[in-house]
Amino acid sequence: MPPATGGGLAETELRPRRGRCGPQATRAADRDVAARAAARNPKRPARGSRRFETASRWALLALVTLLSFATRFHRLDEPPHICWDETHFGKMGSYYINRTFFFDVHPPLGKMLIGLAGYLSGYDGTFLFQKPGDKYEHHSYMGMRGFCAFLGSWLVPFAYLTVLDLSKSLSAALLTAALLTFDTGCLTLSQYILLDPILMFFIMAAMLSMVKYNSCVDRPFSAPWWFWLSLTGVSLAGALGVKFVGLFIILQVGLNTIADLWYLFGDLSLSLVTVGKHLTARVLCLIVLPLALYTATFAVHFMVLSKSGPGDGFFSSAFQARLSGNNLHNASIPEHLAYGSVITVKNLQMAIGYLHSHRHLYPEGIGARQQQVTTYLHKDYNNLWIIKKHNTNSDPLDPSFPVEFVRHGDIIRLEHKETSRNLHSHYHEAPLTRKHYQVTGYGINGTGDSNDFWRIEVVNRKFGNRIKVLRSRIRLIHLVTGCVLGSSGKVLPKWGWEQLEVTCTPYLKETLNSIWNVEDHINPKLPNISLNVLQPSFPEILLESHMVMIWGNNGLKPKDNEFTSKPWHWPINYQGLRFSGVNDTDFRVYLLGNPVVWWLNLLSIALYLLSGSIIAIAMQRGTRVPAEVAGLSQVLLRGGGQVLLGWMLHYFPFFLMGRVLYFHHYFPAMLFSSMLTGILWDTLLRLCAWGLASWPLARGIHVAGILSLLLGTAYRLFALEPDLLPLFQYNYRQFSSPEDCLSSPEFLDHIRKVMLVIDAAVTNVEDLSSLEEYLVSLGRKHRTVGVKLSSFSVGKGALPLSRAPDLGPLLSPRSPLATHYLSSIPISLDNQSCICPAVWPRHALDLSELPSFLV
Amino acid sequence: MWGFLKRPVVVTADINLHLVALTGMGLLSRLWQLTYPRAVVFDEVYYGQYISFYMKRIFFLDDSGPPFGHMVLALGGYLGGFDGNFLWNRIGAEYSSNVPVWSLRLLPALAGALSVPMAYQIVLELHFSHCAAVGAALLMLIENALITQSRLMLLESVLIFFNLLAVLSYLKFFNCQKQSPFSLSWWFWLTLTGVACSCAVGIKYMGVFTYMLMLVVAAVHAWHLIGDQTLSNVGADVECCVRPACVGQMGMVQRVRVFCHLLARAVALLVIPAVLYLLFFYVHLILLFRSGPHDQIMSSAFQASLEGGLARITQGQPLEVAFGSQVTLRSVFGKPVPCWLHSHQNTYPMIYENGRGSSHQQQVTCYPFKDVNNWWIVKDPRRHQLVVSSPLRPVRHGDMVQLVHGMTARSLNTHDVAAPMSPHSQEVSCYIDYNISMPAQNLWRLEIVNRRSDTEVWKTILSEVRFVHVNTSSVLKLSGAHLPDWGFRQLEIVGEKLSRGYHESTVWNVEEHRYGTSQEQREREWELNSPVQVDASRNLSFMARFSELQWRMLVLRSDDSEHKYSSSPLEWVTLDTNIAYWLHPRTSAQIHLLGNIVIWVSGSLALAIYMLLFLWYLLRRRRNVHDLPQDAWLRWVLVGALCAGGWAVNYLPFFLMEKTLFLYHYLPALTFQILLLPVVLQHISDHLCRSQLQRSVFSALVVAWYSSACHVSNTLRPLTYGDKSLSPEELKALRWKDSWDILIRKH
Repeated sequence: MPPATGGGLAETELRPRRGRCGPQATRAADRDVAARAAARNPKRPARGSRRFETASRWALLALVTLLSFATRFHRLDEPPHICWDETHFGKMGSYYINRTFFFDVHPPLGKMLIGLAGYLSGYDGTFLFQKPGDKYEHHSYMGMRGFCAFLGSWLVPFAYLTVLDLSKSLSAALLTAALLTFDTGCLTLSQYILLDPILMFFIMAAMLSMVKYNSCVDRPFSAPWWFWLSLTGVSLAGALGVKFVGLFIILQVGLNTIADLWYLFGDLSLSLVTVGKHLTARVLCLIVLPLALYTATFAVHFMVLSKSGPGDGFFSSAFQARLSGNNLHNASIPEHLAYGSVITVKNLQMAIGYLHSHRHLYPEGIGARQQQVTTYLHKDYNNLWIIKKHNTNSDPLDPSFPVEFVRHGDIIRLEHKETSRNLHSHYHEAPLTRKHYQVTGYGINGTGDSNDFWRIEVVNRKFGNRIKVLRSRIRLIHLVTGCVLGSSGKVLPKWGWEQLEVTCTPYLKETLNSIWNVEDHINPKLPNISLNVLQPSFPEILLESHMVMIWGNNGLKPKDNEFTSKPWHWPINYQGLRFSGVNDTDFRVYLLGNPVVWWLNLLSIALYLLSGSIIAIAMQRGTRVPAEVAGLSQVLLRGGGQVLLGWMLHYFPFFLMGRVLYFHHYFPAMLFSSMLTGILWDTLLRLCAWGLASWPLARGIHVAGILSLLLGTAYRLFALEPDLLPLFQYNYRQFSSPEDCLSSPEFLDHIRKVMLVIDAAVTNVEDLSSLEEYLVSLGRKHRTVGVKLSSFSVGKGALPLSRAPDLGPLLSPRSPLATHYLSSIPISLDNQSCICPAVWPRHALDLSELPSFLV
Repeated sequence: MWGFLKRPVVVTADINLHLVALTGMGLLSRLWQLTYPRAVVFDEVYYGQYISFYMKRIFFLDDSGPPFGHMVLALGGYLGGFDGNFLWNRIGAEYSSNVPVWSLRLLPALAGALSVPMAYQIVLELHFSHCAAVGAALLMLIENALITQSRLMLLESVLIFFNLLAVLSYLKFFNCQKQSPFSLSWWFWLTLTGVACSCAVGIKYMGVFTYMLMLVVAAVHAWHLIGDQTLSNVGADVECCVRPACVGQMGMVQRVRVFCHLLARAVALLVIPAVLYLLFFYVHLILLFRSGPHDQIMSSAFQASLEGGLARITQGQPLEVAFGSQVTLRSVFGKPVPCWLHSHQNTYPMIYENGRGSSHQQQVTCYPFKDVNNWWIVKDPRRHQLVVSSPLRPVRHGDMVQLVHGMTARSLNTHDVAAPMSPHSQEVSCYIDYNISMPAQNLWRLEIVNRRSDTEVWKTILSEVRFVHVNTSSVLKLSGAHLPDWGFRQLEIVGEKLSRGYHESTVWNVEEHRYGTSQEQREREWELNSPVQVDASRNLSFMARFSELQWRMLVLRSDDSEHKYSSSPLEWVTLDTNIAYWLHPRTSAQIHLLGNIVIWVSGSLALAIYMLLFLWYLLRRRRNVHDLPQDAWLRWVLVGALCAGGWAVNYLPFFLMEKTLFLYHYLPALTFQILLLPVVLQHISDHLCRSQLQRSVFSALVVAWYSSACHVSNTLRPLTYGDKSLSPEELKALRWKDSWDILIRKH
């Protein structure tokens, strides 16, 4: 816990070890005062300039916010087709608009908000969101994208405010804001219909409000205190409601709260009643409120999605009875199972499905060559079984016989209705699972042998000995071998139509895989009752949907031979994610962090650990430091510690996760590490400045350091995102005619550079790929500034050769080759209206041609 | 120097008879009738085969733990002169006369026996009373599960021994710290802590958690040490001497240096364990030098370093692959099975089952057996001959090659056709020139993955290479899917487009290699006695072998997901499960892993009481109410950190594990609970019983409780030793819980 290191300073009384800072050391080293003194600008502001300062702070905040919004909303409508996971989340938004039930591994809030945004902006839910690259055409998608970008834009001001509060330093906050504004990864991730901007919004909101309420600690139970505390709770509910990753920020807030309460508890000036009040307030705002909100999102989710849809099969029979359009909805069937009933049997384990058989035999070499028995997720005639007595074969539906109910412990036969074969098991090994027995369909027209006998047992016997539809959990125990009918959940190969394996397991443990319930039930001799009485209560469906979500998350396992993103790839920006790229000619979106930002972050974490431990050890050794430094180290240890904890909590758990991971999972952690960078560099530069002691130079170093960091991040952004250049009017001029452009000094300079590069490329022609890469990016740049083929053809004739004198010494013996080569490129593509960067180098650089061309 | 002549030599020995008696009883309980039953009991069947491998010096790979544990068991076999000739195939099989059962079971039994006096020592070193210490030892002594587990060829008792040794030696060291830092015994116990920790890790990976716990405790103590102002920094004493003001304080300042303290701990607790861990593997690899049944899992280079097996084939084959070489290419990843790049006459079916079309060219697969169809010729695309030229032209990183299948003379090709099982990837085939509709795309660029320079030569066995297709920049990859019947259930090979991703399934190495020569060259070579050939195996360093072996151990997954006696961690605390270890072939004598339920339940209770009391004290101290004197409080915290912490780190991680779990996994955690139990009892008696009367009543209760534990232990004894055949009624009477699986013969 970060605050644990506090307080050590005032207690230590030691003789001054080094004489250098003697006079300062005598000053009272109150923690808070020191921190403020350290953070304030050296020039103590006069009373009159106070208002100006406040105004300028607001102005800065407005500037940061504006910049963030401008970058996020710039060209938001492009590309006008589905990018990456928009296909999922857009689709789920549509499901909300259409009110059809679906299943997803994430909690519903994020998708609900997307749906709401779509609904409000006039999207009608008719777009299919089939696969990435599908054009939106007339469907209105900007509302959803705009909503995500809107939330994503808030990340920057939130981070700015958090850092400002933690470090009390404007420059640190500005640095953080710059890092996040100019980070291409954050930018890309905020622009599409994804859950991540929503999730990060809530995470940062929780962090900000937590920090704010921490700083209200001196006036507890005041209005701002309550406001920030409850806002923390609301944001936590939001974060958890979007993705389970929200648990990490909950953990962080929890740790912070525990440390906070621990501190209050140890404060003997507070009575126990007051401490109790504090505790109650936190329980209310940080536990009860978020839980209530979280549950409320689910309530809304279930209320909105009232129609049967693609997610039904994942849920239990009782759950499905809620959904209109499902065959269990408002159905009326006989309640108790009787001999002669036609039933379907569903496994209780999630996503296993119904007991199923069909007219296909197990293949040669896999147990006995008898009829296959599988489980199948979809409703089908082959799921129907007739329940019969084991010893008589008389038709129990004969009206002359009285109705006889099936009871717990009865010995029965299950006859497959379509094929009239009995459910059968024997001492043959199951097709996939070792040590389990094979289950088959056996016999002709219902006559089989003693291996067809099963004892039916009810696990939850509170309903008495009869077997109740939907509610009774039954086990089928094979009489001869004593094994239990179950499904292993493994997918059979092609011969089994990729349905799931059914086995008879000799291990008698009660697992869900071996427990079944009766779903459909047809028996003309019994009265039908309405199933509405069986509808599960809200807590039950809440619990069930969570179980299904957890199961789904666990199911997202990578296969052995697949390429997967590993957590250690992320901070070093090893590999990005392809968002969009339909074909080679279309322009592409690639999620990749700004290397300057990311590597700086990485460096900062190492540097932080180093400087933090040095400071901590120095404090533990009781080293006396001047108030200035003490304040700065407090900022570093407490503020930095908070943020570092956030980074660790949002990063390290991924190492333990077995599921498939993606690059974008790192982004919440990246926000925290950017904040750490801001705090660290600002503090370090201040410490440096303090060490040098002479003020003008010190300030110079501080300002120069911060500025160079700012510019560094911004520079790289422009290098990666040439699209943004016009936005900032960077090196961009309008020319009236092509000739005007061609004769301008900028263009000549440009050509000179191009020639240089091509020359270098020709010299090192072994490395063709880098040349190709260069040419592609060159093409992209041309396109960005709007170069048309026509302007190129003007240039072709006019420029390189005619302007040769201008190029001067650059025309080395090889250069004519380069110019020739350069001019040959557009010729090969005369019929195209625009230079498509991804195509033309490939044509020009046909591998077979090039060597002969260059010899 | 000759002092001992001047003074009489006197040896004064303090013999703690308690300790002797406890050791004796421990030995008696663990070693009594050790050779009974003379049959394979439960997991002995599993460890036994590894002992045999050690005796025969055959290489094996076991993912259950590092090799030190297996080596300890094998040491028993070595001492008993076991020749390794026994077939460990089923539980209950009678040992033949050449198996030295006694010495094989001796070391675990000794470890189990010594745990008893160690428990005594630990509680004593924690500064609790002698009485509590004896209590802890007696509980260890009568715990049935510990007895059962120690008397067989199993590793838990050894693990427990080293866990306890680590705790004990750390405590000894910690107590030395106050009196005589940097003394001989200080060094001894510090080093022993490190050694015991690494031995525990070396036996089972679970030992890592105890090691972590010791590290954390040591780190906290070191942190206090840093804050201890009476210790000076390095060199600060010198400064002090110069200043007159400090001279007075010189006496106070101990001339011990924080830095040295930290350094000593770092060396003993970090460096020594790491070195020892490497040493275990070193000995393991030195001992096992013959190839064996687990070879296939390892890389070619590793296999070639073993005697026999692959080494026999690859010995003396040329090192550098040249244009014209004939090679077999093995997939480095080896999942689901190790296999070689393969092709055969058969072609891909024109239309797949799902209606998709194929190129109908010759199949390329990965085949898990050696076969003549696994041979490929490395051809230079610019020349036509398929033999090496003289001088040899070695293939280097970045070179363009064609791979020509040896038997069919068709070259490896990939194109924009969906692969049969993984339609998102490209099909790989051997090109058949049906007509010109689909041109050959058979140029591959060679990338040596583990290259040191960019001009490195492709080496047999040692180089790991990728083949990047020149036209489509896709990579030759083993997809892991099995082809259906038309592909003879061999593994699918695809061309996968990647940007920069790296995966082992795209990496290949040359296993067998010879230069293809024309007839005349061959004759000339015969005269010149073949070119210089390098043995690849010599080039594999210990670290390379270690890291490979370690990596394979960690990633190897055996999928025996279910076992009759497997259980979940929640069932362990209340002893809801047992394991039947052995049943006499004729009578109903049987051995079960079944704990003393009184001890298990009271151990868990003690833990709960400890936690509650600790929380209570902690909260009250925070409000400045000191219920316990400072030193008693510190003892109380330390015992919690070690015992409750030991229990937690040895138990809670199992909840996160996905492997099959058994009751015996709980035993290390249980020993820590047993240590905590008497401590809590003593605490209750010392601090919570207000009057003498209460104290006496409490003592009487404790005695009664202990005798009931003894009674239970005695009742369960037939199931622990398996020496007595009980009647079905008696067995039924022992089945105290429905979930206990006690075997009753049907007559």
